[in-house]
Amino acid sequence: METKKAEYHTVNYGTHVLVWLALLVLLALTIAAAGMGLGAFNILAVLVIAGVKSALVLLFFMHLRYEGFLLRSIFLASVGVLVIVVALTFLEVIFR
Amino acid sequence: MSFYGEESRYPGILSWIFSTDHKRIGLLYLITMLLFFATGATLGILMRLELIAPGSTIMEATSYNAVFTLHGVIMIFLFIIPGLAAPFGNFFLPLQLGARDVAFPKLNLLSWWFFVGGGAIVLSSLFVGEGPPDTGWTIYAPYSIRTTSAVSLAVFGVFVIGLSSILTGINFLTTIHRMRAPGMTWFRMPLFIWSLYATAWVQVIATPVIGITLLLVILERTLGIGFFDPAKGGDPLLFQHLFWIYSHPAVYIMILPAMGAVSEIIPVFARKSIFGYKAIAISSVAIAVVGYLVWGHHMFTSGISYEARLAFSLFTFLVAIPSGVKVFNWVASLYKGSIELSAPMLYTLAFIFLFSIGGLSGLVQGALVTNVHIHDTYFIVAHFHYIMFGGAAFGFFAALHYWYPKMFGRMYDRKAAKAAWFIKFIGFNVLYFPMFVLGWQGMPRRYFDYLPQYQDLHMISTVGSWILVTGLIIMFANLIISLRHGAVAGANPWKAATLEWQVPSPPPPENFAEIPTVTSGPYDFGRFRDK
Amino acid sequence: MSTAVDSISHEHGDYAGSKIGMWLFLLTEIVLFGGLFLLYSVFRSSNAVAFHNAATELNAGIGALNTLILLTSSLAMALAVSAVQKGEVRAATVSLSVTIVLGLVFLVSKYAEWSEKIHHGIYPNSPELGLRDYGEGLFYSLYYVMTGLHGLHVLGGIVALIVMLVLLRRGAVGRDDFAKIENTGLYWHLVDLIWIFLFPLFYLIT
Repeated sequence: METKKAEYHTVNYGTHVLVWLALLVLLALTIAAAGMGLGAFNILAVLVIAGVKSALVLLFFMHLRYEGFLLRSIFLASVGVLVIVVALTFLEVIFR
Repeated sequence: MSFYGEESRYPGILSWIFSTDHKRIGLLYLITMLLFFATGATLGILMRLELIAPGSTIMEATSYNAVFTLHGVIMIFLFIIPGLAAPFGNFFLPLQLGARDVAFPKLNLLSWWFFVGGGAIVLSSLFVGEGPPDTGWTIYAPYSIRTTSAVSLAVFGVFVIGLSSILTGINFLTTIHRMRAPGMTWFRMPLFIWSLYATAWVQVIATPVIGITLLLVILERTLGIGFFDPAKGGDPLLFQHLFWIYSHPAVYIMILPAMGAVSEIIPVFARKSIFGYKAIAISSVAIAVVGYLVWGHHMFTSGISYEARLAFSLFTFLVAIPSGVKVFNWVASLYKGSIELSAPMLYTLAFIFLFSIGGLSGLVQGALVTNVHIHDTYFIVAHFHYIMFGGAAFGFFAALHYWYPKMFGRMYDRKAAKAAWFIKFIGFNVLYFPMFVLGWQGMPRRYFDYLPQYQDLHMISTVGSWILVTGLIIMFANLIISLRHGAVAGANPWKAATLEWQVPSPPPPENFAEIPTVTSGPYDFGRFRDK
Repeated sequence: MSTAVDSISHEHGDYAGSKIGMWLFLLTEIVLFGGLFLLYSVFRSSNAVAFHNAATELNAGIGALNTLILLTSSLAMALAVSAVQKGEVRAATVSLSVTIVLGLVFLVSKYAEWSEKIHHGIYPNSPELGLRDYGEGLFYSLYYVMTGLHGLHVLGGIVALIVMLVLLRRGAVGRDDFAKIENTGLYWHLVDLIWIFLFPLFYLIT
């Protein structure tokens, strides 16, 4: 399978390592946040941090930062579907 | 030389079942699907025989439960969901796009293997343990967890079939995005391809949900994980949610390609371009998207919250709109057309009529108040048979008669085809229309026995099934005999304008000698004006 | 969207197309796990206390370690792909091998964790769980199903990575043709992504 240089972007090693370090920091942050006893906000905080970690993995390790509209849309479609499905199911369950 | 004669490293039948040629794979799907259809239809005939009179007629209640379950599972997962996409999509997507094959030919073959393998696993449940599932195709918890029939085996078979659907969806999406011929912009694609595109998105996004649901049923039965068991804090309604989150979008997998074929056939046999091309193309996508928001309408009487019922009912009415747009566009396309009532056109017209009846009955079901009256009655059975059989399956037959000369290089007997159509149309309505009345009068579905007041309509319905089957047999006999004895068909017997008709019948292995450059829309019949 | 014709060649395949195919496959995996996350969120909302109690029995330290292992394996994977694109085969081989080793370590750790739990009578439908609030039973059913399904995916990923290693050594994958390894990388990162959510939801809700 021939791949033309113009079609892809090579992420350099340094960027990957920086992203990894950021991920480690966020991991530490997650653990700290969980231990803070914020009650209901706990889960929100850890999920937000998980979201940030995911974004880093998606954008850099998985190259979405350098990809076009179609690939990003595919990923966003998966998120969109989950949001719809969880939202409507919760709408049902909460009001029973 | 046609693709039937192409060289292969394998001899005989192996050159087919190991072929990565999309045309051979399409035909493999066609043959295996029709075999599954025949099995499912036989089960249906048996059901109608049982129901011709109250009480036990030819089987016991437990057998009846297994028969209608298997009928549903086979018809849905092995016939109508692969539908037009698997046989005709595989055969014609590359041809209509001006490509030589799909994006991932080996994955395509794997899809077919999963399809057949999964089907074999499902059918094997007939012969093991306590027989096939007796839960209905919807395998609702808690009964599906507790019944001793071979649920796990059948459900695993469906899981494997689901893999086939997902891989086909991935293949078609990539093919449509990447392999259109030069000059074929998105809005110059045939509408059949638009329908395959929308369908493929649903296949890819929705099928994994049933995948996980089926796995959970197996885990619940074997390990007792308890998600759907109230005794362990679980909730059977969550099963229903997960099940319908796939199974509602699945009905759009069933109908969209049939609508696509209708959009192909009408211009050709009315000799004018389709009315509202963009509206039809976009409404396909709209149906797929809005179709994700309505699944709760299968659960209105299950005990879900009032707020949810309101939301789902509203969305259900909304999803009817793009379908209505299509029906109006098709009818407008016929207006002032030069109509030829060929067999494909007859099936297409029947589709519009029967699908409309089925669709309108859906509105009765979508309204909360009337839903309470007809839920789980024969009204529902009539509704989905009008849509899936009168709609999708008649669309399937339309496509079969339309593309037959291209696939096989022969023409069938046109009079026999029309006669079969007529008999089937009559038989279909005699079989299913009484069910609307039965349901309204209170006859529940999936019941083996019934009160004497329902017998007359049941008897009429059973007679209808015999008429329908007669028509089916005549149709298949005609098509099969014509494979050998039909008149040789040329490249373009219908004088259509889409790319598949510009190559010989049957097509050569590489489809096109040279990849064509497209300069006009798919329904531009101008070039035929002088012929 | 333009018509796509330039990079298509029947013999050589299509790099962009294969990436589209892989992302679509990842989409299906996200939705597959999504169904389980849906169940988690519904059960958690009605069994918050029981979930909290059940989670205390999980070792957050091991969970964090597992997260660290997977994050690092993702780094190694990403480095491997970049190395292949640059034609640095030795570096790629090392990185890929590290990824595989870390993946195996993760699985061993999971195995140890599960064994310990099962040994203490904590498994789906166990008598011990039957004595507790059923929210705890649901928590552990979810735990086993979700980490189990995830573990199966890790195993599948390791197999794919080993195949990539072989192809790399043979030269079948290299700077001129790296779609396969890039796609394998995408799959591996997805497995990491799923764990990024599993970790807090099971180990950090104390």
